[in-house]
Formats: sequence, structure tokens, C-alpha cells
Amino acid sequence: MSQTVPLSVPPQPGPWAVELVGIDKRFGPVHANKAVSLRIRAGSIHGLVGENGAGKSTLMSILYGFYQADEGQILVNGAEVRIREPKDAIALGIGMVHQHFMLVEEFTVLENLMLGAEGGALLKDGIRKARAEVERLEKAYRLDVPLDAKVADLNVGIQQRVEILKALYRGAQVLILDEPTAVLSPPEVQDLFRILDALRAQGRTILMITHKLKEIMAITDAVSVLRQGAVVASFHTQDTNEAALAEAMVGRRANPAVRRPGAPAGAPLLTVEDLSIFDERGVERLKRATFRVRAGEIVGVAGVAGNGQSELLEALSGMTPFQRGRVHVNGRDVTPESPMDPAQARRQGIAHVPEDRLRRAVVKPFPAFQNALLGYQDDPAMADGPRLNWKRVAAATARLMEDWDVRPRQPSLRTSLFSGGNQQKLVLGREMERDPNVLLVGQPTRGVDIGAIEFIHRRLLAMRDAGKAILLVSAELEEIMALSDRILVMCDGAITGELAAEDATEGLIGRLMAGITDDMEHGSRADAAGGAA
Amino acid sequence: MSASTNSDGLPRWATLALLPAINLGAALVVSSLVILAIGQDPLSALAFMVKGAVGSGTGLSYTLYYATSLIFTGLAVAIANHAGLFNIGGEGQAYVGGLGTGLVCLALSGWPWYTVLPVAVLAGALFGAVWGLIPGYLQAYRGSHIVITTIMFNFLASALMVYLLGGPLIEHGQMAPESREFAESTFLPAVKEIAAGLGYRTSTLPLNLSLLLALLCAAGVWFLIWHTRWGFQMRTVGANEAAARYAGINARTTIVVAMAISGALAGLVGINELQGVQHRITLNFQAGMGFTGIAVALMGRGHPVGIVLSSLLFGALYQGGAELSFEYNEISPRLVVVIQGVVILFSGALEHMFRPALVRLLKPKAAASAAGQRA
Ligand SMILES: Nc1ncnc2c1ncn2[C@@H]1O[C@H](COP(=O)(O)OP(=O)(O)OP(=O)(O)O)[C@@H](O)[C@H]1O
Ligand SMILES: [Mg+2]
Repeated sequence: MSQTVPLSVPPQPGPWAVELVGIDKRFGPVHANKAVSLRIRAGSIHGLVGENGAGKSTLMSILYGFYQADEGQILVNGAEVRIREPKDAIALGIGMVHQHFMLVEEFTVLENLMLGAEGGALLKDGIRKARAEVERLEKAYRLDVPLDAKVADLNVGIQQRVEILKALYRGAQVLILDEPTAVLSPPEVQDLFRILDALRAQGRTILMITHKLKEIMAITDAVSVLRQGAVVASFHTQDTNEAALAEAMVGRRANPAVRRPGAPAGAPLLTVEDLSIFDERGVERLKRATFRVRAGEIVGVAGVAGNGQSELLEALSGMTPFQRGRVHVNGRDVTPESPMDPAQARRQGIAHVPEDRLRRAVVKPFPAFQNALLGYQDDPAMADGPRLNWKRVAAATARLMEDWDVRPRQPSLRTSLFSGGNQQKLVLGREMERDPNVLLVGQPTRGVDIGAIEFIHRRLLAMRDAGKAILLVSAELEEIMALSDRILVMCDGAITGELAAEDATEGLIGRLMAGITDDMEHGSRADAAGGAA
Repeated sequence: MSASTNSDGLPRWATLALLPAINLGAALVVSSLVILAIGQDPLSALAFMVKGAVGSGTGLSYTLYYATSLIFTGLAVAIANHAGLFNIGGEGQAYVGGLGTGLVCLALSGWPWYTVLPVAVLAGALFGAVWGLIPGYLQAYRGSHIVITTIMFNFLASALMVYLLGGPLIEHGQMAPESREFAESTFLPAVKEIAAGLGYRTSTLPLNLSLLLALLCAAGVWFLIWHTRWGFQMRTVGANEAAARYAGINARTTIVVAMAISGALAGLVGINELQGVQHRITLNFQAGMGFTGIAVALMGRGHPVGIVLSSLLFGALYQGGAELSFEYNEISPRLVVVIQGVVILFSGALEHMFRPALVRLLKPKAAASAAGQRA
């Protein structure tokens, strides 16, 4: 048994909180978990890394009772248990926070916390007790959340805390977090880690999936690497490093894409002047944005999430109307009086990878090949008259899956059954393979593994070199700095600065992200002639 | 619907065949208990029902005749459902559609049925489409909930027909709220004529040519939903409106068109009922077919093949139930409604009740076969 579990020397000697022994799981032909054995020390933070589709979420879903293993045992606090459904897991003190939150948006935080744990037929008593208990938990872990606010009004970082609080409220001693940082901005990640630290200090056990090795190094005590369903390595975090982890994950050394200064940028393909968006309350969410993207350049948009970047992408792709300004794209003028809808935008050669693509850029119950057509259903090459030629679509999808390494290569598998990262690759592939003139892309590498990040970066650079205009929104400063020829920084809906790649430093961008614009010796404020790089 | 297994690993054949069979079995068990409770022998009653529905040419003919109307309304509910709309207005759409068909048959006296039929079909579809399209429009552009508006349109249809049949359309000198009889030349050929043509003699039976029309519609709906661009767009709107918007699909027009098609399908009930059987516009000729269509669509899982099969089942229930209440004095027609209700309950509302158990039951086999593959 000890050789199946390489982790033989515990970080701090103590009992095992969770032991998975020989867990095996198949979905039809897909062997998602192959005899996985894993032991988690009580009171530790254990990281789980691996490529997209490696079986991380599946393994955690088995522990949480969403799936049943075909073979293998689960031990909690040394005793073998049967976990048939999440209810069993909760009773055993196991809680899970999914990557896509499972909150009722129309309910308040407190109502969400109580859901399924109402504590009696009369709501009033339950509410009083719940409030007291939740406030105690909040204090213990410095989890500030407004209990009476509606969930829909909270940002993702706070919603995630609600999820954590919900698990704790149900008595979770073991907390599973599936890619918790994918949707967070760097300061939010810091807050999350502070909370995780406090939980660990109180003796709770945490299992965290992530694609970001830096986070593994920063917070975990131990880490296991999954590859194609099997555990290929386990380390004490202090005995390993990012490069070794990356190698264990993909079986080769990491090889990040590097941007070489391309040919001088050509004519502007996308010109944005004075663009403003007001939300339904009349608040100006995007403030007079003005910039250009030329053929053959990548313009990165940096900023803390929620500072107008999403609105910018939405407006340019035709998803939301704008109320002031002008967009000129591929010879077409778009104004509030003559708006452009997403279908027209596509016809103008604009492709759009939205930030929350798993919600809006795919229809989850459809088979993958139908999603590979979504948005391009008017393509005459894919139809014979009124009849869609699904055979041809499926063949094209099979090629796309090959090129973009979408696994498993099953065009007719229901999209929701692909792992998160593989769904992302499908969307990116669909939008980039169409050879658009202008690519609007939000968080291109969110949720994908290291190998895929390198691949996507190479493809973006290749598109740039082929003379396309790319507008890249990303919460990863490193990604922005690695790919962009020019960088726009946004704060509070406004573009606070524009930097040439050579002039950009993290410190300078950070200051502009915070809205500090007086110290500008390296940058120039964007103006109508923006783009002179 | 297109994946070969579901997320819980239940194979497709079990979902499509085994589960419905189990549901139906459960419904029969509960129905038997009810029959037992009123002091009758459930086995002989159920056997009588089956015999009444399919045991004779006459019974079968009635079963198919009911099934015909149910195919139309079942398809109507299903297509709206694929667009994310719950159309409970099949009843009203069938009623008003029948008005269109009836008016054509009245107007084209003396024309042979085969020239009347296309016009009558068009008119029925058109009238039904309008009755579906208005709630669709109100939903898409005014945000009035389709469930509410279609219910209201059922009442409006009733009121309209009562007015028309009580006044403008009533046969001169008659008390019954019905139109005059259509000219005989316009009657759709029924089984009797078809059989006579083939050299058989039968009594007058309701089954008529419109069954073929219904099957044609089922094939058309199948093609429309899964093999056309528009069907793809409609399913996208129904499954994820944000994604539809992203894909450049106009959700509003899609909703209006889907409701129009839905109404048009329901509107064809009149071809079967009026041009086929009653040969005049009568009060409430659609008699609940629109509502039963909801159960039919549910049980048929929105797929035309499933809808045809569940229409046959419900047609048999109608016919067998009618026979049963004739034969057994103690079993009132209401009990037959109870039996139908129990079937709807188990096949529709409680569709997935036995699913987890079935998954567990089939699990060891799946694991064993996987192990066998490995060896
Ligand atoms: N319900 C299911 N039916 C069929 N296949 C499934 C199902 N759930 C997962 N899979 C497959 O199992 C494999 C492992 O998926 P899983 O979601 O565990 O990957 P992951 O490691 O979490 O990847 P990612 O980093 O992309 O989230 C994938 O190939 C996936 O397509
Ligand atoms: Mg995952």
C-alpha cells in the first residue's frame, strides 16, 4: 500500500483526513481515473494539478458523491466510508466549492446559506440560529460577506466566499475547491489565500485544484500531479518547484511562447472613439474609450476585473449597445444610431471569445459538433440548401479537435461532459480557425493547462503575424505583458494609460490600474491618435 | 438527446425504452389498485380495456383516430418546448384552426375532397398559427408570460366559437350550436371508403386519411428541429438565450415563428375531427386533445417518434377507457380519466422516479463488461 502512495513523510505528522485507495472511474470509453491513490493529511492544504481532462474534477466529484467510483475505497479519518451522494459527503464533513457556483442568484446570502439546512419547518427560528452561527464563522475566518445582500448583486470573489461559508456552515472539515482562483483577480486571490490559511490554522483540510503552479508553491503543503487519469507524482511542496511540476504534468519541459517584435503594425482595423456605455441605472460603465488596433498587432487591456473591460468587449462584439461614440471596423461605421448586432459583427470579420464563454459561447446540452457551428450556422459550406449537413460539420469538428487537442476526440459527445478546459479549447478553436480580421478575446487561457496556454499563445502570435488585429483582455498581467505590442490600462471604466510593450513594467501598470495617472513619464494618455507606438 | 449515454451512465436504450416501460407498468399497478378499491377485478378490467383498444378493427380504428389528433397537438407542444416555451394553448389553437378548416369546407361545397384538402390544411394551419403567434409575440416583445397568455387564448377561442356557432354560423332553423353539414364531396376518405376501394366492407369508422398527414407532419418536424438551420437556432434559443444572442440569433423572431409553427400544427386537429369525421363545425370538437398533447409531448420526450408512440398509447387509453365505462356500470368515465391521469403522472411528472434505481441496477453489469474488455 505504501508504494501506491508516494507521500510517505507527512508535512506535519498527523492523521490522514482523507484517503483515496485505487479509485477507478470510466465514462464509456474514457478512463477518467486510473487506480488513483491519494492521502491527504488533516490540517493541510493539498494541491491537485494536471492537464485539462486529466481527471481532477472527476476525482473530486467522486469524493463529494457526485459520481460513484467503479472501483476503490474512500477512507475518512481512517474509517472506510461509502459516499453515494453529496448528502453522504456533507454528513462526513466534506464540502465542495465548484468552479461554477451553485447559488440561487435571487436569494440573499443568508437564504443561500440556509438552503437545504433550514433547521425546522418554521423559517423564523432557523434564520435566527443561522445568523448567529454564520456570524461566528465569519468572525473566525474573517470572511466578510453582507448576509442580507442579494447574491446577484455580489461580485465573483464575494460569491465564492459565500460558497465557502456555505460549506463551513454545513460543518465541512474537508473543503474541496475546484479551480477557485480561475475567476479571481490577484487581490481576490490574496484574500482567498488568507482565508484558506486561517482554515488550515484551525485544523481544517483543504483540497485545491488549480492550473497555476505559482499558487501551488504559495499556499499548499503537498501536491499531487494527475496525468491521463493516473497520479504520476506527489511532492511535499517545499521539495519541488514550478518547473518540476510542469514537467510532471505534461511529460516535457515547459516551453513558453515568446513574443518577438513583429513587422511594424499596418493600417488600423479597429478604431474606437469616445465610446461610452451606461448601465440600466444610468451609471457610466465604460468612459469615453478611445484607441486603435492595427493590422498585425496585439493590444492588451489590463485592469482589475470589473473596471470596464468586459463592457468594452461586449460593445465591440455587438452584444450590448453603446450610448455614445463611434466604432470603425473593416470599413463599417458603428454608432448608437446605427448599431451592429453579433451576427453583423461576425460578417464584418470580428470574432469574439467572451470572458464567460462556458455560459454564453456554448450550449452545454448540445453535442460538441453543434457547438462547433454555433455563431457560424449561416456558413453555406456547412449546409445543402436549408438542410444543415451535420456530417460535414462533424468532420470539421473532428479536425478542429485534432488541431486544438480537445480531448476526448468525440465530436458527438455532449459538450457538458468535456472537462472545463477542453470546452474552452473548443470555443477558442472555433473562433480562431475562422480566420477573422479582428479577434476580441477575453481571458484566453483561463482554466486551461500549461501546455494549452503555450499553444494558445503561439496561435495568437501567429494570428498577429498574419496581419490580424487582436484585442486581448486578461486578468493575468504576465499574459498581457508576454503577448501585447501595446497595453491599455483601465480603471473605473476609463482608459488610464497606454504603454508600448517596451515601456511596460508591472509597477507602472499596477499604478495605472489603481487609477494613479500623475506619474506618467513612460506612458502617454490615450487620445484620438492613440496607437502611435 | 444526442449523447449515447447520460451523465449518470444510463445507456440510451434504457432511457428510451426500458424506463418508459417501467413507468407505464407502475401506472398500471396503481390503476389496478384503484379498480380494486371500487370492488372490481383489475385484471379483467385492464384486459377488457386492451381488447377494446386494439382487439378489433373497430377498436383499433378509434384508437388510431384519437392518436391522429394527439400527434398534431403533441408535435405542437414539443416544438414550442424546444424553443423554451411552454405552450398550453394547443386547445385554443386546435379550436380556432378547426374554424379555418371548417370555413373552407363550407365555402368549397361541391369541390372534390382532394382539392379541398390542401386549402383546408392551409387554412387550419394559418388560423392555428395566428392563435399561437399572438401569445408568442406578446412573450417576445412585451414580456407577457406565454403560459398565462396561451391559457387566456384558450378562453378567447372558446368564447369566439360559442359566439360564431350560436349566431353567424349556426345552421338555419336549428337549435344545436353547430354549422350546417359540409358537402359530401369535401369529406376526407375514411377507412370505410378506403376499405371498400380494396374490396372490403366495414361499418363507418372514424379513422381517416389525416393520419397520414399527421405522420407526414411528424417527419417534417423531425427534419425541421434537427436538420435545418432554423431548427438549430430555435434549439439554441430554447437551451441558452445568452448563447443565442452571442451566436447572432434573433431570439424574438425565433420565438414568434416557433409559436406560429406550434399553433399551425395544433390547428390541423380540425382536418381529422371536422373534415374527417364530424363534417360540420361543432362545439368543443377538439375535446381536450390540446391538453393531452402536453402529456403526449412529455412522454414522447419531445421527439416525433416518441410522440407518435405516446399518441398511440393515449389513443388506446381513450378508446379502451370508453369501452370500459360502457361495459362496466360501476366504472364511470371519470375513473377512466383517473387512469389516464395516473399514466400521465408516472410517464410525465415522475418520469425520472425510477431512474436512480435503474442506474444502480444496471451498474454492476456495466462495470463487469468494462472489466471483461480489459481482460
Ligand atoms: N459525465 C461524463 N461523461 C463522460 N465523460 C466524462 C464525464 N465527466 C468527465 N468526463 C471525461 O473524463 C475526463 C476527465 O474529466 P475531468 O473533468 O475530471 O478533467 P479535469 O482534470 O477536471 O480537467 P480541466 O482541467 O479541464 O477541468 C475528460 O476526458 C472528460 O471528458
Ligand atoms: Mg475540471
